Amino acid sequence: MLRQPHDEGALDAEGAVLAFDDVSMRYGRAPETLKDLNFSLAPGSFHFLTGASGAGKSSLLKLIYLAAKPSKGLIHLFGQNVSAVPVKEQPMLRRRIGVVFQEFRLLDHMSAFDNVALPLRIAGRKPDSYRQDVAELLAWVGLRSRMHAMPATLAGGEKQRLAIARAVVNRPDILLADEPTGNVDHEMGLRILRLFVELNRLGTTVLIATHDQDLVARSGKPVLHLEEGRLTQLGPVGGGG
Amino acid sequence: MSDFDPGRWKPAAFLPEADARDGSLIFVVATLCFLACLTALTVLATDRAARGWSDQLTGQATVIVRAKGAETPDSAAARAAEALSGLPGVGEVRALEKEKAEALIAPWLGDIADLDDLPVPRLVAVDLDPKAPATPQSLDKALKAQGLDAVVDDHSIWLKDIQRAAGFARWVGVAVFALIAAAAGAVVAFATRAGLTARHEVVEVLHLAGAENDFIARLFQMRFARMAALAGLFGAGGAAIMGAILRLMGGGQGLTPVLPIVWTDLLAVLPCPVAAGLVAAVAARLTAQALIAKMT
Repeated sequence: MLRQPHDEGALDAEGAVLAFDDVSMRYGRAPETLKDLNFSLAPGSFHFLTGASGAGKSSLLKLIYLAAKPSKGLIHLFGQNVSAVPVKEQPMLRRRIGVVFQEFRLLDHMSAFDNVALPLRIAGRKPDSYRQDVAELLAWVGLRSRMHAMPATLAGGEKQRLAIARAVVNRPDILLADEPTGNVDHEMGLRILRLFVELNRLGTTVLIATHDQDLVARSGKPVLHLEEGRLTQLGPVGGGG
Repeated sequence: MSDFDPGRWKPAAFLPEADARDGSLIFVVATLCFLACLTALTVLATDRAARGWSDQLTGQATVIVRAKGAETPDSAAARAAEALSGLPGVGEVRALEKEKAEALIAPWLGDIADLDDLPVPRLVAVDLDPKAPATPQSLDKALKAQGLDAVVDDHSIWLKDIQRAAGFARWVGVAVFALIAAAAGAVVAFATRAGLTARHEVVEVLHLAGAENDFIARLFQMRFARMAALAGLFGAGGAAIMGAILRLMGGGQGLTPVLPIVWTDLLAVLPCPVAAGLVAAVAARLTAQALIAKMT
């Protein structure tokens, strides 16, 4: 939900999986990309993040998946003040966040199966404990017949679904997606949306950055809208999806 | 349908296996290891040569005898040999013939046709007991007791020079060895930096998937350690072959009279692959840790 800066209870991140309190961000000495953001996401919620190119959508996602630091304000993730989390403990937080990147970021030297298994291997799981899960997940995203394929041989939509499978394989608490339908046709976009909704039903908090107004309209999900780095509210906003 | 069987799936390596730069890196590190091993063999051979020369000089003394009055040089030399024979700590004593003595001093006198007019001293070679050698003072006392005009040379001046030269050669060898190790470390650090930069995407994906910086650094550490160990094996093998050729072609007597190599010296190259791997592991880890911290 959106909050006014410093309003009553704004600092109380209790119950939210993510809470931004008066957060600003800048790259180096450049002007602020994000300005005074105040919002929180309830567990199991589903939001779209919209805004024009350069409005700061990707930067906001970077702050959430700990790839950037705020220049001002506090970010609470799973009830923890991110700035106070020691560097050594940050990987444990990252493992609770699944990210679907706009450019997929698949590892070209690994098969589809290996790409999806990657987060589980990093988490130290033994192959026998997840082989079947990975296979089922790939089947679920429609890549049953492409498990052994290398990313370079996959079509855009297949890569997108593979990236989604990798992002959700370890059942993250938050799923972030940056323009997940940007490289696929309308039909594929809808299929991907259905995947996200399905994941959300299973309890994952979802935040999708997109330009696709049609997708947003069809979903009926609440929207966080960014304008020149400031957050405004469009559409219905609520704790649940 | 895919014929992929998840039950038989084997996890792929986290980092891409092959890289066009790997061959060049292996070649450079192998060359450095080859040079390091040759340096080690040279130091061992130099040390052995110096010890051999020291042993020879320590076990001998030379007495320079000048004839007095009407006595002939041959007679003076014979008397000196007799005076020294049987002394405690003295083994064989030989008065050198006139020709040998003249041959020894010829380099200092130049091309003189007739040395007969010169009062050329005679030399007496004394072999000393290696376990309890007679002191120069005891030899001198025995010669003086016979009224001989003689000087005892126990080679101590030469001995000190040789020991100093051998020590210097050893330290130069160690310094060259350290320099080569440092160069190998720098090459690996450079290669790690290039490897990390080239695999920036992989590092970022691993990082965002929750891999700890140490985990990623360890991947690069293992990769470069393995590569350097392989290069070390090539370098050490090359140096061992070179050492074996030198030994077969003469060793201490033939091609390398001042660098006598024995077969056991070749064992000195054995630690090279391990050492190269360790140097590479440390260099890669430190570089990777610093770069990953900056990247992420």
